[in-house]
Amino acid sequence: MKKKFKMQDLDCAHCAAKMEDAISRIEGVDEVSISFLTQKMTLVADDAVFEDILSKAVKEISKIEPDCKVLA
Amino acid sequence: MGMLTERQKRELKEIVFAIIMLAVIMISEKAGIMPKEIDRPVTWFLLYLIPYLAAGRDVVRRCFIGIRNGQVFDECFLMTLATVGAFVTQEFGEGAAVMIFYQVGEFFQSYAVGRSRSSIEALLSIAPEYANIIRDDGSIDTVDPDDVEEGDILLIRPGDKIPVDGTVIDGEGLINTSALTGESMPRRVESGEKVISGCINGEAVLRVRADKAYEDSTVMQILELVENAASKKSKTESFITRFAKYYTPVVVIAAAMLAFIPPIFAGNFMDWMLRACTFLVISCPCALVISVPLSFFGGIGAASTRGILVKGSNYLEMMAKLDTLVTDKTGTLTEGSFRVTAIEPAEGENKDLVLELAAYVEAGSTHPIGVSICEAYGREIDLSRVSNSQTMAGKGLCAVVDGETVVVGKAELLVSQGINIPELKACEGTSCLVSRDGRYIGRITVADSVKAEASDVIRELKSLGTERIVMLTGDAEAAAERVAAAVGATDYRAGLLPADKVTEVERLLEEKERIGNRRFLAFVGDGINDAPVLSRADIGIAMGSLGSDAAIEAADIVIMDDNLSRIPMVVRIARKTVRIAGQNIAFALLVKAVCLVLGAIGIANMWAAVFADVGVAVICILNSMRMLKA
Repeated sequence: MKKKFKMQDLDCAHCAAKMEDAISRIEGVDEVSISFLTQKMTLVADDAVFEDILSKAVKEISKIEPDCKVLA
Repeated sequence: MGMLTERQKRELKEIVFAIIMLAVIMISEKAGIMPKEIDRPVTWFLLYLIPYLAAGRDVVRRCFIGIRNGQVFDECFLMTLATVGAFVTQEFGEGAAVMIFYQVGEFFQSYAVGRSRSSIEALLSIAPEYANIIRDDGSIDTVDPDDVEEGDILLIRPGDKIPVDGTVIDGEGLINTSALTGESMPRRVESGEKVISGCINGEAVLRVRADKAYEDSTVMQILELVENAASKKSKTESFITRFAKYYTPVVVIAAAMLAFIPPIFAGNFMDWMLRACTFLVISCPCALVISVPLSFFGGIGAASTRGILVKGSNYLEMMAKLDTLVTDKTGTLTEGSFRVTAIEPAEGENKDLVLELAAYVEAGSTHPIGVSICEAYGREIDLSRVSNSQTMAGKGLCAVVDGETVVVGKAELLVSQGINIPELKACEGTSCLVSRDGRYIGRITVADSVKAEASDVIRELKSLGTERIVMLTGDAEAAAERVAAAVGATDYRAGLLPADKVTEVERLLEEKERIGNRRFLAFVGDGINDAPVLSRADIGIAMGSLGSDAAIEAADIVIMDDNLSRIPMVVRIARKTVRIAGQNIAFALLVKAVCLVLGAIGIANMWAAVFADVGVAVICILNSMRMLKA
C-alpha cells in the first residue's frame, strides 16, 4: 500500500533526510520519501501491518524533530 | 509579513520579547544601576538567562532530545554548546545575544522557505476545489472532486474550474487552459468535445460528462508529477548530499583538534574550546542542503506554469547542457495536418472547378488528404450531385459527379483507367491528379506545412548552444530535405521506419560518447508511437500532450501544447536554475571557508559564525526564490 501524508512543521532539510533514513530501517517498509519542500511523506509498506508501521514511523519522526506532526 | 504559521507567530513574539529584555539588561549593566549588594555574577547570570531561554529554550530542549536519541551533532547541540561555553566564561550577554541572533536567523529561514513553498503551490493552483453534480431529479450536489464518479453529469458554471476530465454534452463557450498549457488564448469548446480538468470556464454554462475520476484526471497527474519531480535528484543535489555526508565528520574532527591540540602548547583551553564551537556553527551545511533543492524545485515550478512538466531535477539539469536535439518531423516540426498548397489546372481548365470536383469526390473521406481538399474547398457539399463513390485503397477515389466520372488520385490510378497525363514537373508534397470524363483536368498538391515558429525556434536553440538539430522522418528524401532546409536543421534522416528512429538515436549517442562529448541529447516527438525513442534519449520530450496519458507516461519532459518555442524556454529555465544553484554553492562555500579560517585563528567570533550559518542560508534561499519570477 502506498499512502501520502501531509506533514506540519518539518523545519529542516537535514532532518527530512535523517527521517527518511530512520524510517527506511523499520521492518516492513518498502519505500519512504519525505519531501522537505512539499512537506509530504510517501510511505510504501505492507498492507497487513501498515498502521503499525505508520505509528513506528511517526515515533521516529518525533525523535528527530519533536515538533513535527504527521497529518492524516 | 502575512502568512505566518501559528508556530512562527509564537516564535516571533518570543524573539521580540528576548531582544527587548536583553537590551534592558545590557543597558542596566553598562549604566551600573544595579544595587551594590546584589551586583554579583550570579545575578547577571540569572538575568541573562531569561532572554536566553525565552528565545532559545526550544534549541536547548532539542539539543537534549537529540542526545537522548543518539542524534548528537545537530545545530541545536552546537548552538547550545557554544552559548553554554560563553556563559561558563562569564560572557553572559554574548551567550544570550548569540542565541537570539541565531533564532532570528532561523526565523527568517523558516519564513523564506515557507514563502517560497507557498509561491510554488500558488503556481500549481490548478487543483479544483469542488464539483457540481447534476442528479437525475435535476438537483445539484456540490461535492469534493474526489467524489465524482465516471459518468456523472457535471454543471460547470462561469468561472468554475473543470474538476475532472470529461466531454461537453451541452453548451458552448471559451475555456481558459493557461494554467495547464501556458497558452493565453482561450480555447473554444462545444458539445461533443473533450475538456481537461484544471481549465477555467469562461462565460458560458457547460454540462460535462465525467470521463475519468479525479485521481486519473489530468490535474492530478500533473500535481503528482511535479511533486515527485523533487525526488529525482539532479547531480548537483546528490553532490550536496554526498558532500554533507563527508563534510560533517571532517569538520567535527577538525573542531576537536582545534579544541584540544593548540591548548597543549598555548594553554588557554577555554578560548580554544570557544573557537572550536565557532568553527562548528560556521560549518553547518544548511544553506546548501536547503537552497540547492529549492532552486531546482523553483525551476520545475516555473516551467510548469508555462505548460512544461519536468519530471525530475536531473532532466532540468541535463537540459541546461543540451547538445543535440533530435526531432520528429510530422506533427512536431510540421503542423501534422495536410493543406492544399497548389492547384494547377490543365490548359483551358478552371482552377475552382478542379478543386470543386475533387472535393465532391473526396466528400466523406477520412483520409487526411481528402479532408484537406474538402477544407480548401470550404463550401457545403451537395451530396445529391454525387453517386457511385469508390475508394481504391492507397491510390485514390472515383465517383460520378453531375453525371460525369471524376477520378482523384495518384498518377498510376489515372493511367490504369486509360487517362492520358501530360508531363508534369516535380512538386513538393503529395500530388492528387484529377480527371473528368476520362480527361486530365489538373493537379492539386497537398503538403504538411512547417510550423510558423519552427525556424525561429531552431535558430534560438543554436544560439543557446545546441550544436546539432537532427530531423528524423519516415518521409521520402525530397520532402525531408525541403523541411530540414526550411527550418534550419543541421542534419536529417529520411525514409526511417519507427524502429529505425531508436537505432538512429543510439548511433547519435554513441557518436557523442566517442568524441567525449559530455553534454546531452534530447528527442522531441508527439508522444504517439515514439515511446521507445523517448526513453532511449537522455531526455525524452513529448509535445502536444494535453490529455494524452501515454505521452505523459513515456516522456521525461512533457510540453502540454504543441508550441515549439517551449523548448528554448525550458533550456533557458534550466540554465537559470543551474546558475542559481551554482551561485548558492559558491557563495556558501566561500563565506564558510573564509569564516572557518578566521574562526580557527580567533578573528571571527560567534556572531560571525551565526551569520555564516543562518545568514548565508537566508541569502541563498532568497536567491533561489528568483527562480519563481518570470
